[in-house]
Amino acid sequence: MPYSDKVMDHFTNPRNVGSLDKNALDVGTGIVGAPECGDVMKLQIRVDTDGRIVDAKFKTFGCGSAIAASSLATEWLKGRTVQQATELRNSDIADELSLPPVKIHCSVLAEDAVKAAIEDWKRKNARSDASTAAMEEAKRT
Amino acid sequence: MTLKLPIYLDHNATTPLDKRVLEAMMPYLTTDFGNAASRNHAFGWKAEAAVENAREQTAGLIGATAKDIVFTSGATESNNLAIKGVAEMYRDKGNHIITDLLEHKAVIDPCKRLEQAGFQVTWLKPDRFGVVSAEQVAEAITDKTILVSVMAANNEIGTLNPVAAIGALAKQRGVLFHCDATQAVGKVPIDVEAMGIDLLSLSAHKIYGPKGIGCLYVRRKGPRVRLTCQMDGGGHERGMRSGTLNVPGIVGLGAACVICRSEMAAEAMRLTGLRDRLHQTIAAGLDYVYLNGHPTQRLPNTVNLSFAYVEGEALMMKMKDVAVSSGSACTSASLEPSYVLRAIGVSDDLAHSSIRFGVGRFTTEQEVDYAAAAVVRGVKELRELSPLYEQAREAQRSQAQA
Repeated sequence: MPYSDKVMDHFTNPRNVGSLDKNALDVGTGIVGAPECGDVMKLQIRVDTDGRIVDAKFKTFGCGSAIAASSLATEWLKGRTVQQATELRNSDIADELSLPPVKIHCSVLAEDAVKAAIEDWKRKNARSDASTAAMEEAKRT
Repeated sequence: MTLKLPIYLDHNATTPLDKRVLEAMMPYLTTDFGNAASRNHAFGWKAEAAVENAREQTAGLIGATAKDIVFTSGATESNNLAIKGVAEMYRDKGNHIITDLLEHKAVIDPCKRLEQAGFQVTWLKPDRFGVVSAEQVAEAITDKTILVSVMAANNEIGTLNPVAAIGALAKQRGVLFHCDATQAVGKVPIDVEAMGIDLLSLSAHKIYGPKGIGCLYVRRKGPRVRLTCQMDGGGHERGMRSGTLNVPGIVGLGAACVICRSEMAAEAMRLTGLRDRLHQTIAAGLDYVYLNGHPTQRLPNTVNLSFAYVEGEALMMKMKDVAVSSGSACTSASLEPSYVLRAIGVSDDLAHSSIRFGVGRFTTEQEVDYAAAAVVRGVKELRELSPLYEQAREAQRSQAQA
């Protein structure tokens, strides 16, 4: 199957491969897909106190397009705010990589992985925000 | 010796033309262009002689006689002719056909079409190595059964079926036995008499011959098999397959058969050595590698492996200088993983991780070593990227600590 140059580039030189500590408070982890479907993406973000994504890492089980889509996503995420990250659409990825129709679902999965990572980070930090607020409240009384 | 890239290890998909086959075909592509049915001049007579010679040569590879051979455009057409031809001819005798889940689509799809037209089809399930047994066939036969169709060797995993046992059983029960021998012919001995085969399909392009030509063996004695012709128009091939004969193709098929017949034994040994060298080198360099297919009852040239935690299409991209194929859904237009692997019980994730290697007549040890190294390297690199491999290693570590 002929791949676009961009897909080949990301496949041959994937950016940001690796793992962040999933237990760290500033890290959001998204794992989407299923081995039975031939596609699993793990995407992680590290967010600073200003809500800016300072690091992103990925690991993917899937074809060349899937690997390229998740690699591109991490590249795109770094430097953006969490708010901006929620605006990433699979079509942005698909267009950038010139994905053929049969591979569009790889970009959809990448978008899902980003959203899942953001959700995870938000959930962890809402809990910690809530407990910080509760502790302050307790101190006042 | 310098290695010529890319390396071809997909001989089950197709094979290159043997130089000797091309040589045999050349006159019929150039000066001797006559129509074999032209009764009245030397151009026709020459073509006819060449065709009849090739017919003998083709029959010789499978233990048949020349008159039993019907030339077709390839095994797909032969399978269609056999299955539909028998179904239509013997409709009054019965409406039940027995086949199995591992057959090539060229057998499955005609059977499905007959099912839609009101025939009963039993789809036998092979064992986990892909073997369909004679006992299974015996159990399925009823008084309405008119045809059993079981392949000699599977194209994806290479497993060999007990053809002689199935043939003997079919003969005993008075049911016609069709064997799609496309992958087996020329690699392992096939003898239609010894194996009780009534109809057999083969293609030239799997045995170093040209594409677009094959034949259907149709038994004429014990019993005499009759078929309803599927290609009408002129009555060629004793009324069984109309259409001007592809003389150069037929000559090529004949030449390919002659070469196979004389070189098969030695070649099978050489191929088995190369196949096993490839498998062993890969298995020595990696963990979590699984063989799909029978460990011993298998085509001498085929090895189908699953590499856990790595996806097949991505692996093929990593090994871009080595041509192979995969059972991964990502490589099919339907996004479904290989139905063959599914039928033998391979889990979907391992089906997505499968690669089929097929060595061939011109494959060298150097090529096999290069390919094995490329596979090991590619799998290791992709496992670095794989969240599933990471999980598996973590699980292993915590188990070891426990």
